[in-house]
Amino acid sequence: MSATVAEHGHVERAPSPVLDFLRTYVFSLDHKVIGIQFLFSTLFWLVIGGLLALGIRWQLAWPWTPLPVLGKLLFASEGGQMPPEFYTMLFTMHASIMIFFVVIPILAGAFGNFLIPLMIGAEDMAFPVLNMLSYWFMWPAFIAMIASFFVEGGAAAAGWTAYPPLSGVQAAAPASGPGQTLWLWGVIFVGISSMLGSVNYMTTIIQMRAPGMTLFRMPMTIWGMFITAILQAFALPVLTAALFMLLLDRTLGTGFFLPEGVLINNAEVGAGGGQPLLWQHLFWFYSHPAVYIMILPAMGMVSDIVSTFARKPLFGYKPMVFAIAGIAGLGFIVWGHHMFMSGMNPYLGLTFMLSTIMIALPSAVKTFNWLATIWGGRIQFTAAMLFALGFVSMFIIGGLSGIFMAATPVDIMIHDTYYIVAHFHYVLFGGTMLAVFGGIHYWFPKMFGRMMNEFWGKVHFVLTFIFLNGVFYPMHLVGAAGFPRRLADPYHYEAFAHLLPINQFMSVSAILLGLSQLIFFANLFYSLFWGPRVGRNPWKANSLEWTAPSPPGHGNFDFQPIVYRGPYEYSSPEVDEDYYPQVQPPPEKKEQAAQEEPAS
Amino acid sequence: MGRIWSLFFLLVPILGTIAILAAPYYDHWLPKDVSADGYQVDHLFNFILWITGIVFIGTEVALFWFMWKYDGERNDQPAKYTHGSHHLEIIWTLLPAVTLLFMAIYQMNAWAEHKIKKPNVPPLAEVTARQFEWRIRYPGPDGKFDTPDDIYDVNLLVVPVDEVVLINLRSMDVLHSFFLPNLRVKQDALPGRVIPVWFRAVEQGDYDLVCAELCGWGHYKMKGRLRVVSREEYEAHLQKLYREQEATQ
Repeated sequence: MSATVAEHGHVERAPSPVLDFLRTYVFSLDHKVIGIQFLFSTLFWLVIGGLLALGIRWQLAWPWTPLPVLGKLLFASEGGQMPPEFYTMLFTMHASIMIFFVVIPILAGAFGNFLIPLMIGAEDMAFPVLNMLSYWFMWPAFIAMIASFFVEGGAAAAGWTAYPPLSGVQAAAPASGPGQTLWLWGVIFVGISSMLGSVNYMTTIIQMRAPGMTLFRMPMTIWGMFITAILQAFALPVLTAALFMLLLDRTLGTGFFLPEGVLINNAEVGAGGGQPLLWQHLFWFYSHPAVYIMILPAMGMVSDIVSTFARKPLFGYKPMVFAIAGIAGLGFIVWGHHMFMSGMNPYLGLTFMLSTIMIALPSAVKTFNWLATIWGGRIQFTAAMLFALGFVSMFIIGGLSGIFMAATPVDIMIHDTYYIVAHFHYVLFGGTMLAVFGGIHYWFPKMFGRMMNEFWGKVHFVLTFIFLNGVFYPMHLVGAAGFPRRLADPYHYEAFAHLLPINQFMSVSAILLGLSQLIFFANLFYSLFWGPRVGRNPWKANSLEWTAPSPPGHGNFDFQPIVYRGPYEYSSPEVDEDYYPQVQPPPEKKEQAAQEEPAS
Repeated sequence: MGRIWSLFFLLVPILGTIAILAAPYYDHWLPKDVSADGYQVDHLFNFILWITGIVFIGTEVALFWFMWKYDGERNDQPAKYTHGSHHLEIIWTLLPAVTLLFMAIYQMNAWAEHKIKKPNVPPLAEVTARQFEWRIRYPGPDGKFDTPDDIYDVNLLVVPVDEVVLINLRSMDVLHSFFLPNLRVKQDALPGRVIPVWFRAVEQGDYDLVCAELCGWGHYKMKGRLRVVSREEYEAHLQKLYREQEATQ
């Protein structure tokens, strides 16, 4: 037996096709394949998270009416009616999946992986094995989350913020049992994945830039990814520690977060001596920077798309970089604004209010610079550009509504209401998701060597834009009316009974928003196989990735890129075309380069 | 096509503004305020709404106008080759900075009134939240808690009108939040802590007491009522509760 194996090994020189396939497409070390793996995995989770959101909207519009089709399958014993504990699972898992499995990994994992080496002129990431592991560590997390729906008591239902004691005591809710434990393991694994990615991105960006690619010649996308990676590296250890502490509270009976005398079902639980507020501090110390982790790369991508299709240099490149750095720096000292109503010392609320209000400043600077970038341009209204402009328009709303809740007295009214839900959906859906759709349209030709359909891309944009506003804009209004989050049925309160019709409007919009995404997926998969083939630079853009073949082969560039200028030299008077790639030698050096070429 | 796209984007400020202007008429806005200090919250809300409203309309209209004017198909001018303007950057950094700083300082008083300057009155009641009800305890005739004459009730908090009411808020189990939308009061209840909450109701009537912090599967039904009555009615109510309690013991 062993002889045949040895013989086999000697005889077969060429690697087996199965192994070859596995190495190229499954356990690949190539950053582009890993990026595309992240892209399709996160898009799959987007669908799951979106369906959970529709479940929430169903209950809010038609409370206690049987869910169509699914109700019969899931809740046969309740006659198809959604039980309230299931509702708490829905919003917990919707948020957890969208944040930890969609928004963070689609930006850093999918776009970060694919774009960083290409945009800085590197062959690959600094640590390809870590990179592969960062993708494969997502799988235990995926499995933990999926499995949690099938354990006793169901998936976690303490909110994505998992505040103890609700999340810290197994008896506190039906779903605070094994489902919550699996949730904690899932988030821990996501954290490991993010940390592996973060180390890799920082090292790659610092060490592996092409000759001439100084820090201030990097595209904004890379700045966004770079600063995000730094944020991850500093904030994640705190979350990981907190998650383990909560896990210990739950399983070994430690008392980090449980004070003395907590009575659940008339039985005293927990070791005592802990502080529920400690969890909130630790959790938000990560999760507030995480809010910026979920938007900064998107801001970078939008800056690149807007400049390309305005055919004009990005307005205020350095202020834009400093604004990102400012948001990231301030982002570390604003976490307490999630805790204004928590019972934290109210004097502390004042300091957090001040830092939070000031974080609006770099966001405003960015918005003004985007507007100034399209001012005086020659705008090409491609699908990617429309999504990027949509980002700017929606980010204005999401940014401004944040000022309300930063104001501590106003937060008394709107904290834990739909006003907050409106705010972060404008930032995360209106902002990040539109940037992601724009980014997919923009970089699809580089990823797959084919174009996506522009017409259907625009149809998808229009419908998404209309329906996202239909879902999220009225949330400001009901939020101002005090309509609270996370209630399976708020309408039995006198103050909220009249808000049912507008909730039905939002839910209809949500269903249509969901259906509109079918156009996107059809376009994506059709174009993957049948889209028209393109050359290296279909958008006539400047940054380095557009000088590599589409799609780039292993090692990315078929020449050594040398960078002569920043990435935003559109409509430069130095050249006849309206773009001036970073690798194109200046006119006086052209001759020189031409002479050197045959020698090399 | 550029014109159509820019008009499409112009819908955002137009419809957005109309929705906000119309909302109060359909009662989809700040609910009726029946407290003495709630106007501070509403005033700040409206103050910020004005400032952000102006910025919202200004930036969204600018976005529309630039899209309209610099449409590549119609604009025959070459794109402006500019990398930025130091002056503009300074203007649009300083202007918002001053506005934001003013906003921050301007609101500090209201916060202090609501959360820091605890009134110097004895607590009227202790409210203990638990899954999924509000337990109310009044100190009884002797005015002291933890004595045999304490009066107990569930989910109904009765307070006298036009008086500063101080409540000691506690939780027995998980986090809850004591939310009175009509009085602009919200405070989380924490196990292991007693947190003071105060307000002064100026209009008699029944109002919702909402749990605003997720507390488990029954969070949605953790509903209480605040009843604001005259001093006499308040005392009569307590006496009635006391008599009922004595009768059952």
